[in-house]
Amino acid sequence: MHNKLLVGTRKGLLIMGRDGGDWQVESAHFEAIPVVYAFRDPRTDTLWVSLDHGHWGGKLHRSRDLGATWEEVEAPKYYEGAACPPDFSIAAKTNYIWLIEPGGVDEPNRLYVGTDPGGLFVSDDGGDSFQLVETLWHHPSNTHWFGAGRDHPGTVAIQVDPRNSRHLTIGISVGGVYVSRDGGESWAARNRGLYADYLPDPHHEHGHDPHIILASPSNPDVLWQQNHCGIFRSDDSGQQWRDISDKNGGPAGFGFALTVDDQDERVAWVAPAVSAEYRVPVERALVICRTEDGGETWRDLRAGLPQQHCYDLVFRHALDKAGDTLAFGTTAGNFYVSDDRGDNWRCLTNNLAVVYSVRFM
Amino acid sequence: MAQVKFTPNLKRFFPDLCPCEIEAATVAEIVAAVDKRWRGLGDYIIDEQGALRKHVNIFVGDELLRDKQTLTDRVSADTRIFIVQALSGG
Repeated sequence: MHNKLLVGTRKGLLIMGRDGGDWQVESAHFEAIPVVYAFRDPRTDTLWVSLDHGHWGGKLHRSRDLGATWEEVEAPKYYEGAACPPDFSIAAKTNYIWLIEPGGVDEPNRLYVGTDPGGLFVSDDGGDSFQLVETLWHHPSNTHWFGAGRDHPGTVAIQVDPRNSRHLTIGISVGGVYVSRDGGESWAARNRGLYADYLPDPHHEHGHDPHIILASPSNPDVLWQQNHCGIFRSDDSGQQWRDISDKNGGPAGFGFALTVDDQDERVAWVAPAVSAEYRVPVERALVICRTEDGGETWRDLRAGLPQQHCYDLVFRHALDKAGDTLAFGTTAGNFYVSDDRGDNWRCLTNNLAVVYSVRFM
Repeated sequence: MAQVKFTPNLKRFFPDLCPCEIEAATVAEIVAAVDKRWRGLGDYIIDEQGALRKHVNIFVGDELLRDKQTLTDRVSADTRIFIVQALSGG
């Protein structure tokens, strides 16, 4: 559904649509409650929403009628006695539900959920219940996981290979990239070529900070990663990463959000900020950057975006693409759309709350 | 039996929530009992390790709950329990 958008904000979920004219807010849900992530599972036509109640904990809701009605399902739970990496001195509980991802098309009842403090959960009953993937939770490298921005590590990226549902790529922030070839029974770290300037050894095997990881749909061996320390790309499912941050002085480097082209494995978009220590747009001008050559070069896309006194950031799940249309929402509650792959943008509204996630339905 | 009241804010998620009387020796037993009556309510009050959620308060009589980790505060027949949200956010 390229003409519907799910927009998760600090003050609720908006369903936007365009039917002939331009995008309009069609309905609002969970008003006044932070919506961390929302997406439509195309296999079952089910909408999924992760809520972050300030008081009552993280919750999951689903809708089987495209938002007409919602039901709460039991949120993932850590087992009794579980403790948080890296020192295991604090009891582990589901602090935050970062994202929900569908399993493969051949496993319609499988869902994955990424959480803070770092646990990946799986469901094989359509989300009625979730189990912690203990093989990853207990990976011997978990003493290198830690929190960044939040108190604890988070599973923030989950990619299921469309050619082989048992091939999983997971990003833990901070922890690194993990790959399973057997549906989650075993895991290997895949951080070669990444660097982490906040570690004593920036090239350590573990302790890297992927903000988001996406595979190119047209060639899922190609992985893209917006990392804390730059933008990286792999041609071989993460065996080797290459730094593709802009080397020519352009802004593409630090950031959170990323989206990739579904037809061309060389094409991706990022939403840069200055740096980890200086989290504002480069020169206070909002820009989306696009590469069309696998990260060799980047082009700034600024037409229609504010170019002065701008303090908007784009969170990791708040940029998405469908066909030639891109959409993103910002930390300042602004929302932008482009119908020509980012060449020209228009602002749909300036008045949303902080935008956490944007997903075409 | 202990008399249990809830913040009205919880009625958004449990529309038929109402004050109730519960036979219990501890606050933990009260949470278990209300969770049985309103399925899932316990997850709004405590986390999966049994600890009180960070921004939830429970008054036992006029006093705040002391044992926020395992909710072992004793409850007697005439104790009034008030489950509320802490004041926070924006």
